[in-house]
Amino acid sequence: MKTQLLCAMCATLFTAATAASAQTVAITGGTVYTVSGAPIQNGTVLIRDGKIVAVGASVTVPSDAQRIDATGKIVTPGFIDASTQLGLVEISAEPSTRDQNARGTDGVAAAFRSWDGLNSESVNWAPARNEGVTSAVVAPSGGLIGGQASVVDLVDGSTTEMIRRAPVAMVAQVNNPRGAGTGARGELLGKLRTLIEDVKFYQAHRSDYDRAASRNLSAPRADLEAMIPVVEGKLPLVIDADRVDDIRGALRLAKEYNLKIMIAGGAEAWLAADELAAAHVPVIAGAMNNIPTSFETLNQRQENVGILSKAGVQVAIIGNNGDGDEESFNVRNVKYEAGNAVAYGMSHDAALRAVTLAPAEMFGVADHVGSLQVGRDANVVVWSGDPFEFSTRVEHVLIHGKESMSPSRQDLLTKRYMTLPPDYTKP
Amino acid sequence: MRTRSLLLLCAATVACAQNPSPSTAPATASSSATVASKPVASSSQDSLGKPGPGALSIPFANPFPSTYKPFPSRTTLIRNATIMTAAGPTMQNASILLRDGKIVSVGTSVTAPSDAVIIDGTGKYVTPGIIDVHSHLGVYAAPGGGGLNDGNEATNPNTANVWAEHSVWPQDPQFPRILAGGVTTVQILPGSANLFGGRSAILKVVPSRTVQGMKFPDAKYGLKMACGENPKRVYASRGPSTRMGNVAGYRAAYIQAAEYRRKWDEWNANHKGPPPTRDLALETLAEVLRGDILPQMHCYRADEMAQMMDVAKEFGFKIRAFHHAVEAYKIADLLRENGTGAAMWADWGGFKEEAMDGIRANLALVSAAGVKAMIHSDDPSGSQRLNQEVAKAMYAGRAAGLNVTEDEAIKWMTINPAWALELDDKIGSLVPGKNADVVLWSGDPFSIYTKAEKVWIDGAKLYDRDDPSSNWRTDFDLGFVKGGSL
Repeated sequence: MKTQLLCAMCATLFTAATAASAQTVAITGGTVYTVSGAPIQNGTVLIRDGKIVAVGASVTVPSDAQRIDATGKIVTPGFIDASTQLGLVEISAEPSTRDQNARGTDGVAAAFRSWDGLNSESVNWAPARNEGVTSAVVAPSGGLIGGQASVVDLVDGSTTEMIRRAPVAMVAQVNNPRGAGTGARGELLGKLRTLIEDVKFYQAHRSDYDRAASRNLSAPRADLEAMIPVVEGKLPLVIDADRVDDIRGALRLAKEYNLKIMIAGGAEAWLAADELAAAHVPVIAGAMNNIPTSFETLNQRQENVGILSKAGVQVAIIGNNGDGDEESFNVRNVKYEAGNAVAYGMSHDAALRAVTLAPAEMFGVADHVGSLQVGRDANVVVWSGDPFEFSTRVEHVLIHGKESMSPSRQDLLTKRYMTLPPDYTKP
Repeated sequence: MRTRSLLLLCAATVACAQNPSPSTAPATASSSATVASKPVASSSQDSLGKPGPGALSIPFANPFPSTYKPFPSRTTLIRNATIMTAAGPTMQNASILLRDGKIVSVGTSVTAPSDAVIIDGTGKYVTPGIIDVHSHLGVYAAPGGGGLNDGNEATNPNTANVWAEHSVWPQDPQFPRILAGGVTTVQILPGSANLFGGRSAILKVVPSRTVQGMKFPDAKYGLKMACGENPKRVYASRGPSTRMGNVAGYRAAYIQAAEYRRKWDEWNANHKGPPPTRDLALETLAEVLRGDILPQMHCYRADEMAQMMDVAKEFGFKIRAFHHAVEAYKIADLLRENGTGAAMWADWGGFKEEAMDGIRANLALVSAAGVKAMIHSDDPSGSQRLNQEVAKAMYAGRAAGLNVTEDEAIKWMTINPAWALELDDKIGSLVPGKNADVVLWSGDPFSIYTKAEKVWIDGAKLYDRDDPSSNWRTDFDLGFVKGGSL
């Protein structure tokens, strides 16, 4: 029974249940950025049953294949935003539509499986999907331990069909001691240590615990259970940390307990770029912040991700500008965050990787998404030009091999009000 | 993953999260119903001639005068550039001459005086300085925290008596950062917690020890008003707690203001007896009725904007521009008929119910209808990249099938916001005689890879990306901030 419980808690792989079209699709003539390898001029991406079956400059296209002519266009893997609240937050100011923030127990909500509340019918999926985002990390927030994150594919389907892998990470933060139910930074890290120690103790004394013969532990059973893969170094702990000393504190903790961590936010990460690279700790950050918006972010700068990337740190670029709902309504803008990263020193290749293969690797889904390779899911975007440019249009979005662009609510409103007064009998 | 801090909501929540329960009665307590609510003529009957920018309940016309002086400038010629004038078609291989703080000439045959600094603009673009009509810089200064939280006097739904300039911190490190994004003039507004938030401050983005040293000389004040969810949420427990309560609040205040104005106009005309007692809130509202202060109104929903235009008609004034105006595209025709502008985001929406219907084609649709459309930030980060916001809005318009030209889009961040501030005779376009507020861009300002390279205000180069040592660093930046490019 215990084994069963453990298994239910450990990383579960969902197979994409979408009925992939049996049709064969060939995207031909474009410049293909596989991300896993060099760009291919005049390349072909051949898709069958929702999977990529061939990529290259000399791929034979079967006669029955549906062709997408991408001549003069750019073909990339679908983008992956590594920090969203898609499906968890519909309207952020409306509490009834917010499901990203668990109550937990004294700042700890490790057992919170955020995807259990995922809204597959959110109106925020379509705008992201229509602009080239085909997968997203959907993450909880709040407290000390916010809960568990998942990776979803933006298919138009049920929650089960959308969830690619869950959990992919446990989410924590060391930015805000008060938000963690503590009064000072040192106390926050102490609380995290105590939790980790208690998880280890619980793991070693589970039967005593069940007989109520254990000492008191700092979190409820479900949270301790959920933390086991984190403490074992199997499930990444994504730690929100901006101040360089908070980042270093997280690095020390990871070393001390052999945790697999990532830094999220990472405003001052560039100041510890070499340490992060040496520790093989990835960073999830934006590229449009240079305002000392708080005492934790005094040294944030737009060059951050470029510096990290050059230092050899694995980087995922996210919308992290602070405002404008980049985690739900405006997930679509992650491509512009990447463009700004390039404007401030990151190479275009690195920036493209930071919104495709890098997050896929970081969250354990690179065998399915993030690159255009044989065997990967056919999550493919055809762009009229440079994916990061404002003038570029998205022409095709394929998810699991299916054309997936569909009118968003915003598109419907735009259409309705193109001529005034509107016709309210029209869709 | 990250703790969100929606500044935009914070415009209200910074105040309202603390659940203010003000105990004082509204300054505009239930109106004297005896005052007729007929339209008030807006023609000034003042005996004291042309109104100044300050309160006109004489003799206190302008108690905090601008002390701004242009910075030292050199005669400058930028040549071989693509020049977007915001007053006509884009010029290729053109030159612009700046001298004594003014634009002297723009065109393809401008000659350089012998003393001119010559800048080669090959491959580069020149635009007017960007104007951000909706900013909270200085009143919500970085690094934030309670000590710098000065944007919402959320103690009363009517705080028409407060002036944003009295909250502005000139050492806000956000100022040089928006200058580096090409912003040369900002309207600093109080937050949106209140029906009447207070007077705006029109500032030049220049280093100064004092706010007075940043104030745009002779600019009219704006009055921040706010519709909808924010006031009713902030004052839920004491009222207004509904949209109808909001509207009753505006009307009651203008009834009192009309009466106040009448008394002062009468006294100004004959100076009989002692002057009426001054009331700072009514003074500001009376100036709105006289047309000397420009109402800048935070409003999201189409139906509310339509109602506010009627409220303005009832009292004989005009709302200069709706801000945020997320649903402006639904009533673009009404805005045009009323001569009211709309200041919008490119693509913010969805974060609250009154923002649910935000669309990216908003600016383009509104502009196409003949309304003065403009971009605004409401956000220090967005303010650094208004060119990028305009790019998004322009291309969204084209995607929707509208023929939005770059020459039209450039107006959204220059001459149209200048119009909203009634400063379009001084700034907002590259026309001889106007202030030399100019940005030199590394390329097409609507490309994501383009940056502002040099920025001039009144002909003085105040930002130079190629010469970091010459750039403005605020007192706060010293020691606290290690650096990096702006």
